[in-house]
Amino acid sequence: METTQTMTENTAQPSAWQRFNPGRILLEGRAFFALITIIVVFSLLSPHYFTVSNFLTMSSHVAIFGLLSVGMLMVILTGGIDLSVGSVLAVSGVFAGFLMQGVEIESAGVILYPPVWAVAVLTIAFGAFIGAINGVLVAIFKVPAFVATLGMLYVARGVALLMTNGLTFNNLGGSAELGNTGFDWLGFNRIAGVPIGVIILALVSLVAALLLSRTAFGRWLYATGGNYRAAELSGVPTRRVTISVYVFSGMCAAIAGIVLSSQLTSAGPTAGFTYELTAIAGVVIGGAALAGGRGTVRGTLLGAFVIGFLADGLVIIGVSEYWQQVFTGAVIVLAVLLNSLEYGGRRKT
Amino acid sequence: MGDNVVLAARHIAKSFGGVQALKGVNFDVHAGQVTTLFGENGAGKSTLMKILSGVIQPTAGEILLDGQPVEFESTTDASRHGVSIIHQELSLAPNLSVRDNIFLGREIPGTGGVDYAEETRQTRALMEDLEEAIDPLAPVDSLRLGQQQIVEIARALSVNSRILIMDEPTSALSASEVEVLFGVIRELKSRGVSIVYISHHLEEALQVTDQAVVLRDGNMVASAPRDEIDLPWIVQKMVGSHFDLGTPPPLNPDADPVLEIRDLSIRMEAAGGKAVNDLNLSVRPGEIVCIYGLMGAGRTELLECLAGRVPAEHGQILMRGEDISDMTIPERIDNGLVLVPEDRQRDGLVQTMSVGENLSLASILDFCRRAFVSDRLERGIVDRAIKEVTVKTDGPDAPVTSLSGGNQQKVVIGKMLATSPSVMLLDEPSRGIDVGAKGEVFRLLAQHAEDGLAVIYSTSEVEECIAIAHRIIVMNRGRIAAEFSNDITKEEIMAASGEAVIA
Repeated sequence: METTQTMTENTAQPSAWQRFNPGRILLEGRAFFALITIIVVFSLLSPHYFTVSNFLTMSSHVAIFGLLSVGMLMVILTGGIDLSVGSVLAVSGVFAGFLMQGVEIESAGVILYPPVWAVAVLTIAFGAFIGAINGVLVAIFKVPAFVATLGMLYVARGVALLMTNGLTFNNLGGSAELGNTGFDWLGFNRIAGVPIGVIILALVSLVAALLLSRTAFGRWLYATGGNYRAAELSGVPTRRVTISVYVFSGMCAAIAGIVLSSQLTSAGPTAGFTYELTAIAGVVIGGAALAGGRGTVRGTLLGAFVIGFLADGLVIIGVSEYWQQVFTGAVIVLAVLLNSLEYGGRRKT
Repeated sequence: MGDNVVLAARHIAKSFGGVQALKGVNFDVHAGQVTTLFGENGAGKSTLMKILSGVIQPTAGEILLDGQPVEFESTTDASRHGVSIIHQELSLAPNLSVRDNIFLGREIPGTGGVDYAEETRQTRALMEDLEEAIDPLAPVDSLRLGQQQIVEIARALSVNSRILIMDEPTSALSASEVEVLFGVIRELKSRGVSIVYISHHLEEALQVTDQAVVLRDGNMVASAPRDEIDLPWIVQKMVGSHFDLGTPPPLNPDADPVLEIRDLSIRMEAAGGKAVNDLNLSVRPGEIVCIYGLMGAGRTELLECLAGRVPAEHGQILMRGEDISDMTIPERIDNGLVLVPEDRQRDGLVQTMSVGENLSLASILDFCRRAFVSDRLERGIVDRAIKEVTVKTDGPDAPVTSLSGGNQQKVVIGKMLATSPSVMLLDEPSRGIDVGAKGEVFRLLAQHAEDGLAVIYSTSEVEECIAIAHRIIVMNRGRIAAEFSNDITKEEIMAASGEAVIA
């Protein structure tokens, strides 16, 4: 009739010896140790891996996933998920490409060529708008996050295909006389040797980390994910928090879309296909709990780097793409396994 | 009487951690009779029933079935011996049919799968035995609660239960459904089934009782057959003499009310009825009001509506004369109205956060400087809160789940106190905490009331009403059934609450 309740009398309390337990340190720093291991192993396997230029190249690959992962982290911390980020990345890239081609206003008979900074701002606003739709669906209309953002995954991809008729915007260079050159600056230039994409990732991460650890909003976010009902009764504006994280995730996806189309100097509607899964993997490897309430920006960045450095390393040592998928999958499952080890011991709910 | 005892508990003791829930209880179940267990919350009734039905195992003592010692490893084991329990919360799968629920886990195999025809036939036979016209193929969620209970009883009978334990079977039933249930109970008795019955509705329980047993603080304090006892006897045995929970602080009788409730009605979530019906109440600063009532009396709905979780159907809620009924929860907190919810784990704590983060959650905007949280100010507030509500913890960074129930409750109270409220609502603040912590919580409330905080708390334990409250409101079916001052006796409160009334 009812399952047997077992009363454990000696509930596990973290005692002093556990703090010096090397297994525990390895467990808590697992993303960091995984990254070190990956770097060491591939450096031994290939002379080309451990070079500054390779690290910078790999980092600019990571930048795309990292941006998506940081946005995803905010959503996952509230106990939600954003499956639409890959599609939002594509539709934002296409939107940016569309703006770069010039906006024709028929009634006035003119074609407007917005400068690159305006293109970037408009594109990010566009991403925020899509995120807001997700957020409102989830927070106000109580559509499960998985379903709402799965729908957006299809809609955004479809819109991207419609905008280009399935083709790709190739001419993103702009021209000097129109005053809209410089789009490729994001993808190709470097500041002090560091690719712009990586710098953008660092800035976005810094903002996210400050938001999470230093502001009331961050505390609200953790509380909303940790226990929605308790947060609500404590006066946390849970709906506003929920909408905000989807907006943030949409903005991150739009930024990633701009950086990617700048790196490729083209904006295609099929860009970012299945990137949402990689982004989720990064967050999970970084130790965040999918149930919400636990996770850090630092962990998520490490997670993104683990995935990126692993994938590029496998390419460098010439492992087939099929095996790469097998390895990536194994790492993700291992990470979740370790997450449940870390949180399973502490939480009894 | 000893000859017809079918099930007997001898010197049963059970402790959870350091708390002794049962301290060597003897208990007899007589064949073909209804044995009713009386006792306040925490007296050990449910623990005893769980032991008798194999849900948990005793720390000491033995169970005799027909004079033979038995050990029940699990509920399945107990039901194999003919002992079944029907819990307060029904354990039916609402999406499945009556038939499928009755045969869940022991489906009758036929050629090519389950023999549904035979199952249907047996279900129909069971329902005829119970004289209930319930379609075996009806999904359980289409049935009324009373009918669901009958299904649960039918399931117990279908495994040939000789002893049926019913834990608060009437708490969610309407008066007519209670009549039906009592009919079924009499029918079962005539077939030789023994019943162990637990209820808070004393007079209602007395209608079906053959043997009464009273538990208090884990001890059996009295037992007697029905014809030797009456209601006052039970109440007197149940209440006994108790731990001192404090006295009301001095009160300024001339102050203007800080909270006024006018004609408040709240729709019931499930059925069409009203959880709270045209309720009027006003509370002055420094006043402590206790709301006493049984489960389903509307206490939780009232408090959650005041706090802004549940919308009101109509009526006004005034704070210092200003209507707050359209405000959101954060706006009400800003206005000084806070709620300490009934279910700490579900509504009170953020389990993933530390003690300090929980304490500062509601007041976090008070210690933000520009956009950022000031660690120094937060630490100050948290340290003061820990000291003020006397939380026993390793420090503000300890996980909140490492605390005991009483200390977790103090964290929830401390969190709301940190917002400097003028009205504090507490829904069953003593639920699941031990007597010592209970005393501390009440002292804390009395202290703040002296400084002008208005306190409204609900309870289902009479003892706690009289402790610190200036006024005791008894609620019954969404209405105020009676209002008393502090000099009332426990017996009068219980009589007014509907514990003595059945429709």
